[in-house]
Amino acid sequence: MKIIVLMKEVPDTYGERTLDLETGLLNRSASEPVLDEITERALEVALSHRDGNANTEVVLLTVGPDGTLPATLRKGLAMGADRAVHVHDPALLGADLTLTAQVIAAASKHIGFDLVIAGNASTDGGGGALPAMLAELLGVAGLASLGTVVLDELTASGSCNTEYDSFEATIDLPGVISVTEALPDARFPNFKGIMAAKKKPFETLDLAQLGITLGEETARSIVIAAAQRPARNAGIRIEDAGDAGDQIAEFLAQNQLIKGRSA
Amino acid sequence: MTGYPANPILVLVDVSLSGELRSGAAELIGAATSVGTAVALALAPSGNSERLGTELAALGASQVLIAETEELSSSVVVPTVDALSAAAAIVKPEAVLASNSIRGRDATARFAARSGSALAVDAVGITRDEEGVIAHHSVYGGAYLVDSAASTGPLVITLRQGSSDLRAEALQPNIQLLQVDPSGTPDATITSYRETVAASSRPELRGADIVVSGGRGLGSGENFTLVEGLADALGGAIGASRAAVDAGYVPPAMQVGQTGVTVAPQLYIALGISGAIQHRAGMQTSKTIIAINKDPDAPIFEIADFGVVGDIFTVVPQLVAAIESRRG
Ligand SMILES: Cc1cc2nc3c(=O)[nH]c(=O)nc-3n(C[C@H](O)[C@H](O)[C@H](O)COP(=O)(O)OP(=O)(O)OC[C@H]3O[C@@H](n4cnc5c(N)ncnc54)[C@H](O)[C@@H]3O)c2cc1C
Ligand SMILES: Nc1ncnc2c1ncn2[C@@H]1O[C@H](COP(=O)(O)O)[C@@H](O)[C@H]1O
Repeated sequence: MKIIVLMKEVPDTYGERTLDLETGLLNRSASEPVLDEITERALEVALSHRDGNANTEVVLLTVGPDGTLPATLRKGLAMGADRAVHVHDPALLGADLTLTAQVIAAASKHIGFDLVIAGNASTDGGGGALPAMLAELLGVAGLASLGTVVLDELTASGSCNTEYDSFEATIDLPGVISVTEALPDARFPNFKGIMAAKKKPFETLDLAQLGITLGEETARSIVIAAAQRPARNAGIRIEDAGDAGDQIAEFLAQNQLIKGRSA
Repeated sequence: MTGYPANPILVLVDVSLSGELRSGAAELIGAATSVGTAVALALAPSGNSERLGTELAALGASQVLIAETEELSSSVVVPTVDALSAAAAIVKPEAVLASNSIRGRDATARFAARSGSALAVDAVGITRDEEGVIAHHSVYGGAYLVDSAASTGPLVITLRQGSSDLRAEALQPNIQLLQVDPSGTPDATITSYRETVAASSRPELRGADIVVSGGRGLGSGENFTLVEGLADALGGAIGASRAAVDAGYVPPAMQVGQTGVTVAPQLYIALGISGAIQHRAGMQTSKTIIAINKDPDAPIFEIADFGVVGDIFTVVPQLVAAIESRRG
């Protein structure tokens, strides 16, 4: 089976993440780029399937600017993926979800796949929408936000906990699934993996190679304003000297945060 | 043929498999009404249309479209996308609004892809100007406010649950059954199903005025009764850090933060939570923050309005007693 794993480079959530207020775009230089943790878990799902099924090919696919991305993506190869495809094109600067999904759909067709595995949502303001858009554009079944995954040659199944309910469901392949952080942590690349990654195929594509031309009239979501909120400051801090509970209650009362008994 | 009102906003509401409205409908219709006329769309098994239509009108929907379907218990998303497509074709909405729930997002994302519309996810509010509907987003843990709009065509928006207080006035029911042609798009098949919204006397985490959260410092699931006790004394909801969820103290639905729920209550109390940047991303726009942590260097203190360096197991019981005595 051929599995595409959608990996995304994001600013490290442990660092300061900043937006360019002129363009509304992520300030890429301000924070360390890393593979989004959730996409590493998606890769782990694919790799552990391959561990038990040798005839599995795992292809990484990413869309994003040149620069640090190829190096970042190599980590996925070092973890064990077979090859990587990176789509970048100057015309993709500031691409919205709709355009990104179109590009990923075209690249997925170019690569060919039985299953696409994505993260449920990206940490850099992505909205957990891309996998569903991709499934629709590809005309295949999708299953979003899975907390457990079972794969075989013909189907993908798993469980999903929504805000209101919990269900198990299955799709016939080809299809697109997305996984949550309930899935196991990804394996670490070992020394052998890191060395091997240097020789693995790494394909770079632009929009023309994918046959995509951008129409002016296409509907896009555009940023029309961006502003920074003032940072929050520390307030009062006390050491508990035996009466901290009473002091907090006093603070709550002063701020009208204790409601009367409403029966 | 009924005429459609000016500035129609098509609102997809979450409904249970048996046809009960989920909690977010009032918020969605309230937000829609603030920028246009709310046309609600619900999918439900037949036999629920009158009741659902009446309930949605009472929440302010000027028109209610019901797609009767028996497929909700077997199909995950495609019937909803097909219904959205059918509704959009007749309503010609200026915007499509749904909840940023897993199902709401799944359906609207597919609908946006199918119809070639612009998509704005996880909005915390909507407004309009001369050119159309604008979605407001709070990004990077609330550090930035970003507005987005569609370059052309309707904007498809998912609204963060519990982010808007706007509510609309009740209207007379105006119910129409929606004819939906199945697209035949392959869908996931549900093989087992369980409702998880427990009838709880506590407020829902999303949209709650007061949230009390516990972290790894609680040490066990049993000790979460400490968090519950304080939440109940204040009439608040319960949240948790990812470490508490990962340790199995509480279910994942309670996680606050980057990859969990984002909350912005009047009062947020963090118990035994260090305040990692990913946790702060989900709560730092709370109006007032109180933290109790025995480590004086815990980063949560950098954003707390009232910080106590102390042991939660001694401070919290005293606090609960003090609240009880003040409430009388
Ligand atoms: C991509 C990514 C996404 C993430 N998303 C989230 C998220 O959504 N939400 C989230 O919360 N985290 C998230 N995290 C994890 C985050 O980095 C932290 O690991 C996590 O928030 C720590 O939880 P904690 O504060 O409960 O645990 P710890 O950091 O272990 O802190 C426990 C605290 O309890 C205090 N304590 C212990 N005993 C007591 C006592 N008796 N009295 C008082 N204080 C006590 C300790 O001093 C300590 O400060 C994410 C991480 C990554 C990489
Ligand atoms: N630019 C991208 N390149 C590759 N994969 C992506 C990209 N954007 C999103 N994805 C995938 O889609 C998932 C959900 O992203 P999002 O809808 O942006 O929250 C991510 O976890 C990735 O697996």
